Parts: sequence; structure tokens; C-alpha cells
Amino acid sequence: MANKGDLLLEMKDVKKRFGGAVALRGTSLSVRAGEIHALLGENGAGKSTMLKILAGVHVHDGGEITLGGSAFISGSPQASIDQGIAVIYQEPSLFLDLSLAENVFVGRQPKKGIAIDWKEAEAQASKLFKELGVELDPKRQARGLSIADQQVVEIAKALSMNANIILMDEPTAALSASEVERLMTVMRNLRAANKAVIFVSHRLDEVFAISDHITVMRDGATVSEKKIAQTDLQTVIKEMVGRELTELFPKTDHPIGDVVLEVENLTNAAYFRNVSFTVRKGEIVALAGLVGSGRSEIARSIFGIDSYDEGSVKINHKPLKKNSPIAAMDVKIALVPEDRRQQGLFMVAGVNRNISMESFSRLTGRFFINFKKERALTNEWRENLSIKYADQSDPVDRLSGGNQQKTVLAKWLATNPDLLIVDEPTRGIDVGTKAEVHRLIDKAAGEGKAVLMISSELPEVLGMADRIIVMREGRQVTELSRKEATQENVIAAATTGKKGI
Amino acid sequence: MPEKNKFKLRKSWDTAILALLFVVWVLASMTTDNFLSSINVSQIFSNSSEIMIMGFAMVFLIIAGEIDLSIASILALSSAMLGYSYAHGAPIWLAILIAMAVGTTCGFINGFLVTKLGLGSLAVTIGALALYRGIANGILGTNTINEFPEFWTNFGFDTIGKSFIPQTLPVIIVFGIFFGLLLHNTPFGRRTLAIGQSQMAARFAGVNVVRHKIIIFTFTGFMSGVAGIIYTFRFSTAQADNGVGLELLVISACLLGGVSIFGGIGTMWGVVAGVMLASSVESWLTLREINAQWRTIVTGILLLISVAAPVLVDKWKRAKATAANKS
Repeated sequence: MANKGDLLLEMKDVKKRFGGAVALRGTSLSVRAGEIHALLGENGAGKSTMLKILAGVHVHDGGEITLGGSAFISGSPQASIDQGIAVIYQEPSLFLDLSLAENVFVGRQPKKGIAIDWKEAEAQASKLFKELGVELDPKRQARGLSIADQQVVEIAKALSMNANIILMDEPTAALSASEVERLMTVMRNLRAANKAVIFVSHRLDEVFAISDHITVMRDGATVSEKKIAQTDLQTVIKEMVGRELTELFPKTDHPIGDVVLEVENLTNAAYFRNVSFTVRKGEIVALAGLVGSGRSEIARSIFGIDSYDEGSVKINHKPLKKNSPIAAMDVKIALVPEDRRQQGLFMVAGVNRNISMESFSRLTGRFFINFKKERALTNEWRENLSIKYADQSDPVDRLSGGNQQKTVLAKWLATNPDLLIVDEPTRGIDVGTKAEVHRLIDKAAGEGKAVLMISSELPEVLGMADRIIVMREGRQVTELSRKEATQENVIAAATTGKKGI
Repeated sequence: MPEKNKFKLRKSWDTAILALLFVVWVLASMTTDNFLSSINVSQIFSNSSEIMIMGFAMVFLIIAGEIDLSIASILALSSAMLGYSYAHGAPIWLAILIAMAVGTTCGFINGFLVTKLGLGSLAVTIGALALYRGIANGILGTNTINEFPEFWTNFGFDTIGKSFIPQTLPVIIVFGIFFGLLLHNTPFGRRTLAIGQSQMAARFAGVNVVRHKIIIFTFTGFMSGVAGIIYTFRFSTAQADNGVGLELLVISACLLGGVSIFGGIGTMWGVVAGVMLASSVESWLTLREINAQWRTIVTGILLLISVAAPVLVDKWKRAKATAANKS
């Protein structure tokens, strides 16, 4: 048992690359017993990579990690568990048909002779729940338990395995306000039991309500590590976004024309409420906010992949039928979805087949697809977007991420849309291709298309958008013009829901 | 052709089946006296009529990631309705139309249950397999109807003029060309492949997945009805147990022909080669007087090979690629 204040975990100059991409360029973190330590940073700052290294999922390439003085054995989830590290994920993975006691002791059931001693298991589970301050019935099934209570069971399981470092990856993201309160109680009880709690969160208000220490990461490096008393909300936000806007964005000014898209009071109770905005010809409007703030769901509702409960969508002043991608395509809406591999492309099909998918009306005579025209179309877009591939019937699987993204763009630009919706258009592609994609989006706006862009990358949002709508937890927090928007006020709105700081 | 380099593995699989078909023919003609005799070749074509006809449609279902196990029962129900309505005084053309309508309706019901209720096609069509066969039993019981107009029974049995070409073959060829073009040269075919490759991406591409699948199920039912009609005339028999077990032969022929059981991949000529291979092997074994049980066992083995081989070849290629990358 650790004493309060003992150094439990120390990471020094830890590095990690994935192929050519640097995820961690030298991060440090030290966590002590009896401490709640918040790990903050924008999407892509490297928090998840850190957690995954500690969880044994990834192996770090450089730097030192020590646990209570001895070197950390990396690379195996079981080894991490044996060393007292437990990870609680956002979505708990309990066996829903088993009892809570069974879930806590799964695989390590206490035994009496050769039989499992259920009484003992239940008594121990019950004791753990009590220590955590949440009295759950160890005999009940896990099915039907709220997410928060499922997390409690996971934590109990971790404690039963003598974990003393508990990592929580956005534990509150899926919780309601009262559940968050409950989880905080559990976290405080863990602190009182001299455990170290490391948690990742994007809700800065909660972070300030509960943590003792805050470590801020940016672009794979630790920016600051401070006691809560030594910092404040404004400082933390500055540290999170402190990136210089040096990347080149080729945004040019275009004449802005008539309204193309009008969204009014759009509500899908599960994801977003009362969302209203417009996008005009030649204008790029960005939906900014954190992952999970309802932005992609709004795009899906406009395009008709999902339905919505209330509100309306108008295109060129005419109401658009809900839940019908075909109707959306008829009025020339294009959606480049966030997940190109799952949603945007047919990975085993050729580049040509992917690009021609939405343009059959132009390629088909009376009945049949004209293969010559299909080739010509593919070549045309290969040139327009400089897509690189060996043969146009190569499966897109073989293309690089950047060329895959260009293929999705090509497939939709080939439909000559009036409204182009792009969801995370540059996720996971290299810097050079990013700039190209930005140029293409800007060009589309220049041609008079209305562009709705969803992006989690602040520089991209600030560099590309004429107007920025900031979303938080399904609600529109504020709308900023290109002039008004700064990294600080966008991230403050996205993380705290307040318009100004 | 733009398809040139598409799915190299699968293409080579198609080619391999064609080569295998050739090997079977050579071996069969060497080990039997009259495998390549005009009568036997005619028999091979004739015996594969129903499998071919149902295979043309089934390939769409498998490519779209679904399956229909009830096709042989639909065949029987159409056959039963054909016999029943003709025996009860309907003119033959009407009886034929009724049989087609019954098949189409059965297919539509399957499609509706699978898509609108979101039930798995395996579960739904196993139920339908029992249901449609049961209805056929209810209609005909153990009765057999074998009085049909001579023109039609000749159509089912005879060859064209003095040639060895069965009269049913032109019908099959027309269907084959129609469905082959539908699969490979039309937006409908592309969308079918797209659904099988990624249903989610298909939705994001604006494909109405539900409607598309219902259409495929429906024409699979229609083609099973047509197969029922041909079966009835070929044997001059309408009875409730017509075509028992044919669904497995159809599915195995498709898989033999390189259609992926996971969907998204398949060609029409592969299916044709698969059907020809299956019925050639069957004919060879029959000529060698190998009994029916053994023939079933061989069919089973072919089916397993056709499912396992692409996966194994793929694994082997990956292993080779990894080894090459390391060195």
C-alpha cells in the first residue's frame, strides 16, 4: 500500500512514432499516490497514446517510464495489470448477462476446493462497492446498469486486482450531470485510499472541480505540469492551443451570394438540439467543437443518412425531405464523411469505380455504363486533384490516406454539388496533402459552392472558415466571424460552453 | 477492359475454375466411354438448367451479403401451383403465369422480412424453406400431376432439331446475358457490389439499401419460379418434393465460381463456370456408376474447398508479402 505523496508513476521524455507520424515527441508526467491528475490537450495532442502505452497496448520508442522506482515493463496489457495499472474506458465492457460479482472476479473467482465460492465473491465485491461509495447489489445482472455504474464495476474490478494507478479516458463524456457527480465521489474515495487517478477530459469545468494536478499536452509534448492552485482556466486554454498559426492556408476571398442551406431548429434528441444556421454561396462555414459534440450527426441529418425529430432543412429556399440521401443528392448536396474507410469508400473496389459511383447518370446511356466515359471521368479527376495511383482499377485499399481522401473528394466533386459538406477533411493525412485539400475546398467555394466544414483542428477552422459555429454537447454555443475568432475563444466555447472568457 | 486488374485473386480463381473444368472434362472423357458424347453433353446442360437459372439471381444476393435458402422450396411451390392450376382447368399459359407470380411473391416476402424487420436472411429463409415446401405439400399432398401439354413437355425434354442443344438452353442463355449485363454493366449491378463491399459506405453513397435488397430477393423468387416451371416440364411432374436440396447446389456453384461468401465480390461468368463444373463432376460420377451418397459427399467437399481456398490463398499471399517486406 502506497503512502500519500509517494511517487507512483514517472514518465520522462517518452517518445512514440507510428510509421512516419510522430505521436509523442517527448512527454513527461509524474503522478503521486492520493492524487487526481488531469491530462489535458486538444484532439491529437497525444493523450490517448500515453494512456495506451501505460495500458500496454503500445510500446514507447524512447524515454523512461518508472513505476514506484522500478522500470515499467511495457507492451502487454497483462503486464500492465500486474504492475498495478488499470484503465477505465469511456465505454465499459462488462459481460452484461453476468452478475456484478462475476464481472468483478471474472477469470479470478475465489475458490472453495474446486468450486467457485460465490458467497466470498459477493462479499468482496460488496465491500469494494462500499469503499467506492456506491452501493450496488453484487448479485444483480450487469445488463440495465447505467454507464456510470458500469464504470464503478470496472473500477471495483481494478481495485480487486490491486491496481494503484487508475487511468480514465474521458470517463464523463457519456454521463449525465448527476452521474458525473457520482463518479467524482468515486474518484475522491480513490484519492482518499491513496490511489493515483489519471483522467483525460475535455470538460474543463469538471477538471477544475476535482483535480489536484493538471498536465497539459500539445502536439505530442508536455507543455506544463502544475498544481491546481498555480493555474486557472485561461492559462490552461492558452497552453492547450499555444500553437502558432504558421501553417499556410490558401483561403482566398470570394464574393458571397445567396443562401443555399438553411437549417432551422434542427433537433435530434440523442445528439443535438435547436441548431440553426445558414450557409451561402461561396461561403465556408465551419462547425467547430470537440469530437462527440454532435457536429457529424448534424451533417448526417442534413444529408439524410439519419432522421431528425424537429426542425427543418431548406436548400435554395425549398424544404428538403428528411432521411433521404437520394433527395439530398437530387438537390446537389455532397457529403464527404468523417470516416473515409468505413463510410466514404469501397476499399476493395477500384479507384475508377469509387469515383464514378455518384455520377452514373452522366456515364450511362439508356441502360449500360459506358466504360470509356468512366475511364475519362477518372482521368479527369486524377488530373484535377493529382491523385496518385498505378492503375485506375487498383483497389483504393492500396492508396495512401491522402490519396484515398482525394478519391472521396473527387467522387463528390464530380457531382458538381451546390452544397459541399466535408467532415474532418484532413484527418490522418500528411501536411502536403492537407494543404492540397484545403486548396480544393477553397476552390470549390470560389466556384460558388456553399461549403460546410466540420473540423476538430483549430488551425484548419480558423484558417479556412468565413464563419465559425462552435458546438458543445449538442448545442450551439456561439457563432464567430472570421475576424472575431481566435484559438482561445473557440476552444473556450467548445470546452466550457461559455461565449467569452 | 476497365475490369482488367480487378480483384486479381478472384480473377485468378475464376480462371482456375475454368482450368479445373477443362481438367475434369479431359479426365472424365478418358475414364468413361461417352462423357463427351452429344447425348451426355446435352444432359449436362439440361441437368444444370434449374441450378443455372437460380444461380443467375442468387449471385446478386450473395454479392449483396445476403442468402436465400428457400429457393428450392419456392421451386417446388411454383411447380405445385403450376400443376394444381392446370389440373383444375386453367389454361397452361395462365398456369405458367401463376407459377411465376407465386415465385415472385415468395421472393418479395423473404426480402420484406429480411430488410424491413431486420431479421437475418439465414434465419428468415430457413423458416421460408420449411414454410413454402409445407404449402406445396398442402396443395398437392402426395399427389403427382404429370399430365401437361405435349408442346411444353417437349420443350423441357427435347433438343433443338437434330442437334444436341436442349430447347431450354436458349432461354437460359437469354437470362444469363440479361443478368450478366445487369451485374457488370449497369448502375444496379454496381450498387449491388457496393452494398456487399460496405453497406455503410453504400448508404453514404445514397444507395437505398433496403429497396435494393427487396428487389434482388424478389427477382430471386421470380427466377426460382421459372426454375420450377422448367423442372416441371423437364420431368413432366409437379409434386411437392421437387428439387429438394437444390439450394445447396446453387450456393456451392456460386461459391465455386468465385463469389465471396462475405459479399462484395463475384462475376457472372464465374457462376456459369461453377455450375458447369458442379454438373460435369456430377455427370462424370454418374457415368462411373458411383452412387448418389458419394456424389453428395463430393459436392460437399467441392463446396468446402471453394469457401476455404480463397481464404487460404489470401493468407498465403499476405504471409509472402510480409516476408518480402521484412527482407
